[in-house]
Amino acid sequence: MAVELDVFVGNTTIMDEEVYQLWLDGYTVNDAVRARMEGGVLDEFDATADVLLSDTMDQYRTFQMCERLLHSPAKLANQLLFQIPPHRQTMLIERYYAFDDVFVREVLGKKLSKGTKKDLDDISAKTGVTLKSCRRQFDNFKRIFKVVEELKGPLVENIRQHFLLSDKLARDYAAIVFFANNRFETGKKKLQYITFQDFAFCAGQLINNWTVGAVGEGLWLLPLANMDVDLDKEFLQELKELKVLITDKDLLDQHKSLVCTALRGKTKAFNEMEANFKNLSRGLVNIATKLTNTKDVRDFFIDLVEKFIEPCRSDRWTAADVKLYLTHYTNSAHILDTFKHQVVWDRYMGVIKSCIFKMYHD
Amino acid sequence: MPGKLKAKIVAGRHLPVMDRASDLTDAFVEVKFGNTTFKTDVCPKSLNPQWNSEWFKFEVDDEDLQDEPLQITVLDHDTYSANDAIGKVYIDIDPLLCTEAASIISGWFPIYDTIHGIRGEINVLVKVELFNDLNRFRQSSCGVKFFCTTSIPYSYRAVMVHGFVEELVVNEDPEYQWIDRIRTPRASNEARQRLISLMSGELQRKIGLKVLEMGGNAVVGYLQCFDLEGESGLVVRAIGTACTLEKFSSGSASITCPHPSTAPPSNACNSPKDGKESPLAHGCRSTHNSPVHSACSSQRLSQNFSVSVPTLIFTGMGSGGSAGKEAGPLKTLLRQQTQTTLEQREFPFFTLTSFPPGFLVHVGGVVSARSVKLLDRIHNPDEPETRDAWWEEIRQEIKSHAKALGCHAVVGYSENTSICEEVCILSASGTAAILNPRYMREGCLDVGSIDHRFDDPSPPNCGFCHIPYDELNMPFPAQLAYCYQCRRQKVPDVLFTTIDLPAEAAVTGKGCLIQARLCRLKKKAQGEVNATAISNLLPFMEYELHTQLMNKLKLRSMNALFGLHIQISVGENMLLGLASATGVYLTALPAPGGIQIAGKTPGDLNNEQHVAAIQKRINDAIAKNKELYQINPPELTDEGVGSPIPEPRQRSRIFRSHSESSDELSELDLSHGKKDAFVLEIDDTDAVEDIHSLLTDAPPPAGFHSCSTETMPGIYNWTSGIQMFTSVRVLRLNNTNLTNQGLNKIFTDLCENLLKSFYFKLRSTVPCCLCHLNFTVAVPEEELVQVSVTAVAMTFDKDQNQEKPPEKATTKGGSETEDQLQFPLELSADSSSTSPQPSKISGVAENTIVSTRAVSVDYGSFADRCSTWLELLRLKAHTIRRGSVKTISSLEHCSPLPEGRSRSLCSSRSFGVGSVTMVKMTPLSFLPGTRIIKYLGIINMFFIRETTSLREEGGVSGFLHSFIAEVFAMVRAHVAALGGNAVVSYSMKDCVLMENPNKNQAQCLINVSGDAVICVRETDQEQTTNTGQTCGTIDGAT
Repeated sequence: MAVELDVFVGNTTIMDEEVYQLWLDGYTVNDAVRARMEGGVLDEFDATADVLLSDTMDQYRTFQMCERLLHSPAKLANQLLFQIPPHRQTMLIERYYAFDDVFVREVLGKKLSKGTKKDLDDISAKTGVTLKSCRRQFDNFKRIFKVVEELKGPLVENIRQHFLLSDKLARDYAAIVFFANNRFETGKKKLQYITFQDFAFCAGQLINNWTVGAVGEGLWLLPLANMDVDLDKEFLQELKELKVLITDKDLLDQHKSLVCTALRGKTKAFNEMEANFKNLSRGLVNIATKLTNTKDVRDFFIDLVEKFIEPCRSDRWTAADVKLYLTHYTNSAHILDTFKHQVVWDRYMGVIKSCIFKMYHD
Repeated sequence: MPGKLKAKIVAGRHLPVMDRASDLTDAFVEVKFGNTTFKTDVCPKSLNPQWNSEWFKFEVDDEDLQDEPLQITVLDHDTYSANDAIGKVYIDIDPLLCTEAASIISGWFPIYDTIHGIRGEINVLVKVELFNDLNRFRQSSCGVKFFCTTSIPYSYRAVMVHGFVEELVVNEDPEYQWIDRIRTPRASNEARQRLISLMSGELQRKIGLKVLEMGGNAVVGYLQCFDLEGESGLVVRAIGTACTLEKFSSGSASITCPHPSTAPPSNACNSPKDGKESPLAHGCRSTHNSPVHSACSSQRLSQNFSVSVPTLIFTGMGSGGSAGKEAGPLKTLLRQQTQTTLEQREFPFFTLTSFPPGFLVHVGGVVSARSVKLLDRIHNPDEPETRDAWWEEIRQEIKSHAKALGCHAVVGYSENTSICEEVCILSASGTAAILNPRYMREGCLDVGSIDHRFDDPSPPNCGFCHIPYDELNMPFPAQLAYCYQCRRQKVPDVLFTTIDLPAEAAVTGKGCLIQARLCRLKKKAQGEVNATAISNLLPFMEYELHTQLMNKLKLRSMNALFGLHIQISVGENMLLGLASATGVYLTALPAPGGIQIAGKTPGDLNNEQHVAAIQKRINDAIAKNKELYQINPPELTDEGVGSPIPEPRQRSRIFRSHSESSDELSELDLSHGKKDAFVLEIDDTDAVEDIHSLLTDAPPPAGFHSCSTETMPGIYNWTSGIQMFTSVRVLRLNNTNLTNQGLNKIFTDLCENLLKSFYFKLRSTVPCCLCHLNFTVAVPEEELVQVSVTAVAMTFDKDQNQEKPPEKATTKGGSETEDQLQFPLELSADSSSTSPQPSKISGVAENTIVSTRAVSVDYGSFADRCSTWLELLRLKAHTIRRGSVKTISSLEHCSPLPEGRSRSLCSSRSFGVGSVTMVKMTPLSFLPGTRIIKYLGIINMFFIRETTSLREEGGVSGFLHSFIAEVFAMVRAHVAALGGNAVVSYSMKDCVLMENPNKNQAQCLINVSGDAVICVRETDQEQTTNTGQTCGTIDGAT
């Protein structure tokens, strides 16, 4: 005696959020049944393992049938096969596109190619995220990347509209797309302490300030693709002008004295600041001037860590110290008589400041 | 040229990729009606083509309009080879032929392919212009309304109930034609789908003609079935109840009745007393008799073989034999009189299961008849006489059973078949009843005075329980008692019926689902031997099922069954029997006794202990059930009542065994010998089995209720959450050496586990009730058992479910209190409807209005408020549009898009998410918390799905899962295109699954039906009434 066939179909598609999560997490049917039993569903409700198995199978089948639609969420709203109330649709999509921070941290900045996909086994073993779930997440990244790659207009908005995601999730995906496109190096050991959320924040800063789309509302009418995905080339070129801050000796000294005057007595780390000023300033300005090279763009974060964060940390600056220092460092440049690149300076330092604040932790 | 059909192909979306090279599709559409075909242009390289075609016009007979579906085929253009078909849409245009139903079909339809399933969607507009046909001898019956609902539809009143209509059409099954060997499976499936669509169209038209002949304008309780007889052909048959319906306008009613509070029908369930009251006391004795089956002598027809027709009457406790087919003398004068009108009719049958108050007077009990036939090739499809004769025979049987019960009519009537190879079991069942004489009277009713003349001093809520037969000359031995409510008339101790519980009936506690399940092995055989073997087994099965039902009823301390449905299914080596019903405690009936166990050998001490142990378990179970179902009948002093108090010993025993009926005994003696009639002896293996099955039935978990009827007796405050579902389970019996007991256990577990599964899946909706649990069993292959269930889970308000709201005729609509207060207009019409009809020779006049159970969609629990609002917008647009469309068509020019619709489309699109109309589906005739404002027509769809890549589709489960989902989707799409937002009285008539896992193949056929409706939330009442009136004025103006 064996159950040959067992289906249950509701006019309104019945979906259990718990089972959906297990499915998304890549559990097999049997593992899911076990997990549910451990979760105590059976205790709450007097049922046998058979019932649980049958229910899990039904749900898994439903999810598998839905998966095709979830690949283009807009279809989910006007398909006819499943009657799913709108708020449930939102839940389905949001959960399907949710990802594990540990996983995304591994692929962040990598090329979303077949090669990377082959490495998913290793990532799965390393992160403890099931291979199935890794594949789903990776395919989501790739799918969104492919779609927005060809679209004009603001990146976050594009993602939100095409994939019907929440604002938060859309921003995270924008970060992922942005990192993948610019191939930022994030995997180095020195960068391991930085979380995905830190990077996502930085990506947001870069997208909002350093891309073509960031300059002005009117600009998006230009027939430029990927304005939010690529950095503003013109701006990068202009950054070269900042070099004067470290090459012109007078300017450098003047800058130093202005900053030191402002800082004196306000922090315990004053001596270290004074001693390191030239080094730190060189570091930051060098980062700026090299950004025209794609290779150096990739190393942007590692440079920030090596050239600024690490020296500060070894001198035991507090986060407040860093903030204080950078604020005065930025503002003092305005007082320099011979320094003419105030706008570029602000655009550059604004992002650098907030990125460093975010990244300056253990 | 009585009609012009117009169709426009607007656009497609989500089309499949047909050209691998470009990942695109060059789609075009063929629109076919009858023999005329139009084509759209090719829309190159697009998965979302916009054709925006011209209006394709078909000039056709209305006969064809009724028979033929509009066939839309989407194809991929291929320059070098043949065009590939993407899929098809069949649109039944019947709803457009009725002025009161839909006026346009417009919407997205899933493009369906029998091999690949749904492949994208297509947007289509369809309209019909009908010209008046004055030809009296026409063959069409346009305008006759069809309803699957087995009660008078809401917002209509029955001016007259004409009675039974039936028709059947036969044809060769394309699957078995020689050509099938050379054509593709797709072509064969499509030929079949098309043929069945044609046949059901034809059937409906023919039934419509019969209705017109009878002077009616509608068919209620329309039940259409397919018999896939294999080699011998394909039969499509239908039964229904012809009525003259009138849509009531709330405006007029309000004038005639200023005091709505008096409206609830006080004359409900009158006894037919009016002056001519029979001098005979109604009485009854309880019957405990075995099924005496009136085996019709086997008869040989020239072409087919038919064997004995074991039949049963279930009344009260016993299965009474059809004692004397012409049981005349027990009729009272009155009955004779009322009967004459009905008897002029061939079959006084009604497919309705619930009735306007006052229609049903007495209920006798369940009558059923079965017949085993050998199928033979249908030689001449135009003369389906053999099948007609078969059914005729069965119906005669039923009629005579009803007579034997002293009843002149059969209500809740249904027919079905079970086919295995060449053997076919035809079954029919219903409830013998007496209908109110005033409905039987010739001519119209003098409605003005009914209340006074028919005022019945007896409480209205027990009348139907009173026995219809004559106490002194009972058709079977029965135990009677005076009615526990009115104390005047006799009632049986147990009552079985196939109808829904009358709204006004008094019930103690709550009801519950009661099922009897049975398997019987049989030897494999061929032809006549096989048929004889089956027909010999049938009476035993009926008897066993009946015994089980009775025992389970007693175990739950209940005394009546409603909505009883017994299905016997035949397979090659076994018979399956499944009886489902809703058990209740009718206050009017005496309390049921317990169950007493007795040992066979009283001397044995061990044995006695064993007996005592079982007895204790049973008593405990009864006590527990009483508490569970809140059955606390008022303690009555029986002394005062004239009925003999049964001896304790007798009262409390399981009845099993021989009848004391005085009947001339049948050829088959079913008795277990002359044992004491009421003791369950545990040495008896059957009895052990019985006890086992009694005690293994688990009650539903806390928060759940279940019933097989429309609603649960004892629950009155439904909230608006509903979830309709279909579940199918197939078991493979690997063990070939199974015994009857083993099989029974497996089958019982299968059903119980299914129920447990439902409870688990729906656990988040508690408190809720699974209503209309409709189980269908089949034996698709030798070792397979298939059970399919369609039911609806409805939520209710827990706080108030203890008490029936006092002082009102509560109908199942729930929240009736507010109904009556808020909408007195419609209700008041009950007592004041004045619409004299020209007299009909044999019409059942009927003037009561269906109480207005207000219904409307609640999205609260399932969707957002937005869409509700949107829905309303659409509705308004729709109603307004109706008027305008009419004007347009009468001027004979057409606009591409009726304004209303286009507006509504725009408004829904602007929402982005949720642009698809939510369509609710329910097997019930109403939606709680909502009000049906319009019936848009019948939905009757037949689909075939086949696969040659079963494993890739997730095995049989995956295959069937997606097919059922697709069927739901197609039903919803059709309803939405008609402008509706719900399907009521939905049912899945057939689900035939054939599989061959070795070949990686499977095929499945599904037939579904229901009524497409527009419903609105009760809270939106004001607006809709207004809209309705506006609509009325517009219609009037045009």
